[in-house]
Amino acid sequence: MDRRKKSKLISIIIVAIIILVMLLGTLITEDMLSTNFKDKNQFPSFEHPFGTDWLGRDMFLRTVKGLRNSLVIGSLASLISSIIAIIVGGLAGTMPKWVDNIVRIIIDLVMGIPHLILIILISIFVGRGTKGILIGVALTHWVSLARIVRSEVLQVRNEQYIKISRRFGKSNWYIFKNHMIPVVLPQYIIGLVLMFPHAILHEASVTFLGFGLSPETAAIGIILSESMKYLISGMWHLAFFPGLVLVILVLLINKLGENLSLILNPHFTRE
Amino acid sequence: MKIFNYIMNNFIKMIVLIILVCIVTFTLAVNSPIDPIRQYVGSGVTLSVEQRESIEEYWGLNDTKLERFQKWAYNIMHGDFGESLIYRKSVMSVIKDKAMSSLFLMICTFIVSGAVGYLLGLIMGKYRDSILDKILKTICVTFSATPTFWVGILMLMIFSVKLNLFPIGFSIPIGKTMEDVNFYEKVYHAILPIITLTLVFIPNIALHTRSKTIDVLQSDFVLFATARGEKSIMINHVIKNTVIPAITIQFGSFSEIFGGSVLAENVFSYPGLGSTIVDAGLGGDIPLLLGITIIIAIFVFIGNFIADMLCMAMNPMVREENIIG
Repeated sequence: MDRRKKSKLISIIIVAIIILVMLLGTLITEDMLSTNFKDKNQFPSFEHPFGTDWLGRDMFLRTVKGLRNSLVIGSLASLISSIIAIIVGGLAGTMPKWVDNIVRIIIDLVMGIPHLILIILISIFVGRGTKGILIGVALTHWVSLARIVRSEVLQVRNEQYIKISRRFGKSNWYIFKNHMIPVVLPQYIIGLVLMFPHAILHEASVTFLGFGLSPETAAIGIILSESMKYLISGMWHLAFFPGLVLVILVLLINKLGENLSLILNPHFTRE
Repeated sequence: MKIFNYIMNNFIKMIVLIILVCIVTFTLAVNSPIDPIRQYVGSGVTLSVEQRESIEEYWGLNDTKLERFQKWAYNIMHGDFGESLIYRKSVMSVIKDKAMSSLFLMICTFIVSGAVGYLLGLIMGKYRDSILDKILKTICVTFSATPTFWVGILMLMIFSVKLNLFPIGFSIPIGKTMEDVNFYEKVYHAILPIITLTLVFIPNIALHTRSKTIDVLQSDFVLFATARGEKSIMINHVIKNTVIPAITIQFGSFSEIFGGSVLAENVFSYPGLGSTIVDAGLGGDIPLLLGITIIIAIFVFIGNFIADMLCMAMNPMVREENIIG
């Protein structure tokens, strides 16, 4: 099997795992997470792979539900963020010099305030909860992708084949559709996938600090911040497994990004 | 003269950015749904309409936003960030109390993660594709995908709960006041947060240095040096060519170290700017929130400025380019 086929296979497997987690998370209803004091504070067993918490809720189900919420918020936020990135990067690449300068200052500004603190500020000022965290994550993560889009557009714009195409009398739209998109799109997709784990980690962090999702929703950040109270009593499984699953998920998505760039990036495809 | 211009340009850019941060944070705060009078009075107290109006009048809440910004900006220039609502003292004095603990944490993290990460990167690059490289690389990739607060919780579970080596929380031993705490106890409490932050920030610089080292080792001049029989290639060529990018990367993560310290300080109940900003946010203490954000932004921009200057001072190529450019 050559590298390209292998990359495709790995990508398909990872996407399947992510879809599976999302489906499972959607299938878990509230009554499956209801309190059950008969089984409270249980350590991991065959029946409860991640143990149960102080209310007798199954930690495995809570974790999957939390992961699903993280995935939904993470994907929405990075999608919005990537659209901002493509607009900003595209404008900076095609518009006059002063637009580019303004974009650069905005980028420096967003980079200057630590992401986490900026997300906290935005989330407080638009009202906390899902909306706050979505807007916060979306408004902070576009920077690196915007830079990539900008440099791609700048590079492509001066290519010979675009000049030739223009001489042939092709319209701007034709050039955009047939010459720009094929070059920028792979970079965009890879950037989007690589933005995704960052968005999820920031969502979890901000929720952990108490600014994100409300305490009733299932979220990895909430589960972990609650588990802090039970650390001293030796309930290590409350924090260990949910965090571990989150790390595995993030690693998988990173792997997906790497493999996609092997498939889509024209510089690597024919190696 | 070109160098002087370059420095001045950078300096002016820094000032502009600081002013922009002030404008942006102020705009966000003014348009937030948080009612400053409610937050100030507390939720248990009822206010009559007249009382409310007199407070609004006294605080100038009826002025236009521009007038309020002018007043606020004027005060900030004079070092007055207003009064913190949850601490009931001036924002500046709260920041002064907390900044030292945070700076200690961050500077230790900055130096330790920079030095260890750089060394690991050199080792990984030199012994590329060996078992050692593979193990270290896997560890680095894993840690870069790990949320800071979870590393902190794991540290607490292992070192505080299981092994009982470090305190669970609070920067001072129970039964002592802040003044009684000696230097040793403060450092003792900071060890776990520093280890946590260091572990999270090593991968970035280590992986970067690794790829730089590999690039240098594959270069023509190293091949030539090897052919010539040169012995200390690592010292003569690799370190010289990798240390400047490493410094750039490390200063570039300065801003994220602040973010990380917010999480670490919260997990370990360490009394620094990070845990204070979370308290301020949860308590709706806008003046404190704005104050800390602006101070942090100033630190980050100064850090970037220093990084630019250091790179210029150390790198003959950047220096030349500036003279030509």
